[in-house]
Amino acid sequence: MTQNLTELESVPPRGRQRPRVTSLAIGGTLVAVLVLAALLAPLLAPFDPNAQLMTARLLPPSSAHWLGTDGFGRDLLSRVIYGARPTLLLVALILVLTIPVGMLIGICAGYLGGWTERVLMRITDIFLSLPNLVIALALVAMLGPGLMNGALALALTSWPPFARQARAETLALRRSDYLAAARMQGINGLRLMFGHILPLCMPGAVVRAALSLGGIILSAAGLGFLGMGVQPPTAEWGSMVAEGSKVIFDQWWVAAAPGGAILFASLAFNLTGDGLRDRLDTRHAN
Amino acid sequence: MPTENSPLIVADRLRIASASGATLVNNISFTLGRERVALVGESGSGKSLTARSLMGLLSPSLRLNAQTLNVVGEDALALSEGQWAPLRGGQLAMVMQDPKYALNPMRTIGWQVAEPLKLHASLSRAEIKEKVCEMLDAVGLPQPSQLMSRYPHQLSGGMGQRVMLAIALIADPQLLIADEPTSALDHAMRDQVLALIRRMVEQRNMGLLLISHDLQQVAEHCERVMVMYQGEILDRLPAADLPRATHPYTRTLWSCRPSLATKGQPLPVLDRAALEAHREHH
Repeated sequence: MTQNLTELESVPPRGRQRPRVTSLAIGGTLVAVLVLAALLAPLLAPFDPNAQLMTARLLPPSSAHWLGTDGFGRDLLSRVIYGARPTLLLVALILVLTIPVGMLIGICAGYLGGWTERVLMRITDIFLSLPNLVIALALVAMLGPGLMNGALALALTSWPPFARQARAETLALRRSDYLAAARMQGINGLRLMFGHILPLCMPGAVVRAALSLGGIILSAAGLGFLGMGVQPPTAEWGSMVAEGSKVIFDQWWVAAAPGGAILFASLAFNLTGDGLRDRLDTRHAN
Repeated sequence: MPTENSPLIVADRLRIASASGATLVNNISFTLGRERVALVGESGSGKSLTARSLMGLLSPSLRLNAQTLNVVGEDALALSEGQWAPLRGGQLAMVMQDPKYALNPMRTIGWQVAEPLKLHASLSRAEIKEKVCEMLDAVGLPQPSQLMSRYPHQLSGGMGQRVMLAIALIADPQLLIADEPTSALDHAMRDQVLALIRRMVEQRNMGLLLISHDLQQVAEHCERVMVMYQGEILDRLPAADLPRATHPYTRTLWSCRPSLATKGQPLPVLDRAALEAHREHH
């Protein structure tokens, strides 16, 4: 890995190149659009997302309501824009919860080896075998629905891949020369694990996170659809699809608008993940 | 603390065996003071294993026993992992073969050079930075303050090896072990780096154990030579006497170097049967 990187870096630049359209560029742009939409929702949304107008129920897309209105006469475009907020918040919460836990467990298991590794990896295997949406439903049913509990429930089943990857990378690194060199300077224990091994595992974890975000968004929407996520009347894509599905044959746009948004978000993160992998993970390069 | 004249390393009947019982290093004994000693031999003769055992970094699957093994005044056989830590880097330092693999690719040069100081000395941030700068300058790297924010892949092999040397020497150890420090470098660079190692070791009055298979280098830069073959020390001699070595193995090693004088002629090959006979004879 190191050697590849060095060789790639030492290739002299071939003058000015036309900027290439990569999946990272497209995915990054889409993610940026999403984040901007969430941040600037009050400026972008043409209507109040929760203002009900019974005279304007289930209107088809028009110049006044670009995506139409739902069963309570609320503007769908505004609700889709505001819906980016809970989704991104949930995704961010899940990442903050899973990456540190996964990395900690993986690096400890890989570095310490022996019984510690066996116990930690069996625990990981157990969590890996749990079906994520079912466990999330059970947990939310116990703790009560809501954004925080939804994130907690999904995080519980999302950390094992990070742990396994960190462990695999640590195992590969354990025999490497730079850790031997670090030990020759008297560095060991926590300092070696978090000063030297952690930064080497970080690119892998970032790629894995970006790749799994698409799936997490789908799970989050699934929770919302089942009524276990953010509670109405807050705009949330999953619950909006659920509402729209009641009238899907006559007023298709009510479900299609948030459905499209879920598709868009999932695609954005998947493209970003793919692009990041090509960029950071030299094993897949050329 | 060892005094000025006491030996840095005393090894008596040091033996390293693999888990399956095969002897890798067989009952070697040597002492090492504040001098430049070379350990030479073909690959697989146990040079690197010996060096690693002096740092307490043998792979756990290998078994080490010895009558005595004293490292900078401590009994290395009785040291726990926690007691080793202040010795490594603080009293003993090692330079490895290839800087490309031995420097952490994710950390800056400045961070890596400063780390032994953070571990082995209590200095303020500014003092550490100043010392790192001085050290990088001392090993002959240009513009140390800019170099500190660079990453290993931005350096050439020769610069990388100088950085490794800076890391090894920054905490003022008493003994430097250099495990084939120049075999990843080109020929012109080798002499420069070795001359630098020699100069630094002389200035700081340290001991040097140089592991090498380049006898020409060894003859130039070291005082004593120990020749290893299949886990045993076959021959010991002052480096200056290498051209007049009496031991048949050392003689073959010395005479099989290609040079202008031997151009176009077949080089002598080691006569292993004669060597075995010689070993049994002794």
